[in-house]
Amino acid sequence: MSRKIRVLIAKPGLDGHDRGAKVIARALRDAGMEVIYTGIRQTPEQIVNTAIQEGVDIIGLSCLSGAHNSLFPKVVQILKEKGADDILVFGGGIIPVDDIPGLKKAGIREIFQPGTSTEEIIQYIQKTVKTT
Amino acid sequence: MSKKIHEELERWEKTTLQKAISKSPERQPSFQTTSHIELKRLYTPLDVAEIDYCEDLGFPGEYPFTRGVQPTMYRGRLWTMRQYAGFATAEETNKRYKYLLEHGQTGLSVAFDLPTQIGYDSDHPLAEGEVGKVGVAIDTLKDMEILFDGIPLDKVSTSMTINSTAAILLTMYMAVAEKQGVKPEALQGTIQNDILKEYCARGTYIFPPLESMRIVTDIFAFCKENLPKWNTISISGYHIREAGSSAVQEVAFTLANGIAYVEAAIRAGLDVDSFASRLSFFFNSHNHFIEEIAKFRAARRLWAKIMKERFKAKRDESCMLRFHTQTAGCTLTAQQPDNNVVRVAFQALSAVLGGTQSLHTNSRDEAYALPSEDSVRIALRTQQIIAYESGVAEMIDPLAGSYAVETLTNEIEKKAMEYIQKIDEMGGAIKAIESGYIQQEIADSAYQYQKEIESKKRIIVGVNQFQIEEPPFRDILRIQPEVERYQKEKLSRVKKERDSGKVKEALTKLRKAAQGTDNVVPPILEAVKVYATLGEISDTLREVFGEYQER
Repeated sequence: MSRKIRVLIAKPGLDGHDRGAKVIARALRDAGMEVIYTGIRQTPEQIVNTAIQEGVDIIGLSCLSGAHNSLFPKVVQILKEKGADDILVFGGGIIPVDDIPGLKKAGIREIFQPGTSTEEIIQYIQKTVKTT
Repeated sequence: MSKKIHEELERWEKTTLQKAISKSPERQPSFQTTSHIELKRLYTPLDVAEIDYCEDLGFPGEYPFTRGVQPTMYRGRLWTMRQYAGFATAEETNKRYKYLLEHGQTGLSVAFDLPTQIGYDSDHPLAEGEVGKVGVAIDTLKDMEILFDGIPLDKVSTSMTINSTAAILLTMYMAVAEKQGVKPEALQGTIQNDILKEYCARGTYIFPPLESMRIVTDIFAFCKENLPKWNTISISGYHIREAGSSAVQEVAFTLANGIAYVEAAIRAGLDVDSFASRLSFFFNSHNHFIEEIAKFRAARRLWAKIMKERFKAKRDESCMLRFHTQTAGCTLTAQQPDNNVVRVAFQALSAVLGGTQSLHTNSRDEAYALPSEDSVRIALRTQQIIAYESGVAEMIDPLAGSYAVETLTNEIEKKAMEYIQKIDEMGGAIKAIESGYIQQEIADSAYQYQKEIESKKRIIVGVNQFQIEEPPFRDILRIQPEVERYQKEKLSRVKKERDSGKVKEALTKLRKAAQGTDNVVPPILEAVKVYATLGEISDTLREVFGEYQER
């Protein structure tokens, strides 16, 4: 029997657009995962600390303000510094296509664009996180 | 007459309709709006038989304003075409404003970046990565002088989407006007100043609700004396809708917040008729064409009744719901972005048919980034086509009397009033926000909407049906990282050149006013004039008022 996947949905930076983050959090919960949602205005440090405390498998970052290029990589970097880089990171929001390669190079596993179904994200997490 | 219609309707249902349905059933067992209003297949005079024309609809420019707030509506003057714009630095945004004005825009609308909205200077650690991104960065009066350089402030009206730091940006605007030789009483425009919806939908709060409400009412009182033509608040349903609410919830939560502001101002000693005519509203225009038109009309009538019956307003102007509209950003798709031009056109048309006073049309590329100049031009042209070519601006409230539109107007008003009563029972909007009720209602609707899309109960063209393989969309506006460095350098130059003794003195005065009961706006005006930064002023207030923590 595999245990439940634990996910942190987080809003880094000053962006207040939390509709997507809340919808994703709820959809993942309905899909049987244990989900913690940070609320808005979190620093990368706060997000990493919560992720470690809560023992999550994966972090989903949501940003619609255009600050993703500085905030997303910082989360990955701090995870590494704290030796917690077994926690995977994915992201979504208003993110131009041309930013995706850079974000992936910085260690963000996947970027989901507007219009992605929650089902696609659920499947991605189930496939990516090993729980057995 | 109605007996005859009733009999004929029954006959039609049993014969003609029944025959058609038995051959080919309707596409769905039932049809509902986003507000769960069950739509009939056919509306007839029977649905509007209860309407008393003079009481319920009346005439434009008269209570209850169902048909519009001005006697001539767009035959007299078209709505203000006001594109929300701002990015990077004051220098770049100033160029965009001049571009928009050259292309026939009639009012300005300032988008500020998040640090400016949340009271951080561009050199604050939390501002990193956010400077100039969702709007223009303003740290000091210097930036504001550049932003409006060459734009005569006695000639344009300016709307500023600013809430927690509204008093700072408003007084900076006054200071720029003074340097242009323009008197405060000549200034026209709007500050959003709607803090309550920040807690329940938009997120740029700083202080706790009660302290925030004090700043809001201080602004009301200050403007009453100094800026008589200024709209002191724009009570906003836009962001509530963007966060996922239904049309009914948008009306209900917005007007519930409106009630809270009126109550706060009355508690602060203001007479309702002295400030109510300066309240303005801001709504979203979403996809359901008819429901949206009905929504605007219902909101207008409901607010008029609230002001007259609940607050005993005596002046007609106090009962007038004047509103700005923006097309729904959340309906824009990243897939086949050109389709967004069409969505925006329909949404804009329903805002005009709903009687809006000003309008922002979104650009097709906004699911990717801030809009490019070309996209903004198409969006502005969309409004101009509605205004000059479609003919809808030539008649007042042309859809009035439509059985469907009037029925939906009634239903939206009724359902919104039920919500408002529920919120009253909880102790009002502030209590309903503090308990998380409003946020939860919005989140529930958002989740349901998404589920409807995923189950294909709701079709979004290009997203869950009619998809194509398409190349990635690349032609977007990008904010260069150098903007942050440039802005920080400008800030440090201003700090070196200003008289720091005067800044200290001004901030001390502000602290005293905040600790006591004096109006905080005059000392903020003094502080901005000596180039105190937005962050310094906000920090002074943070020390006194504390900060709000999301529940």
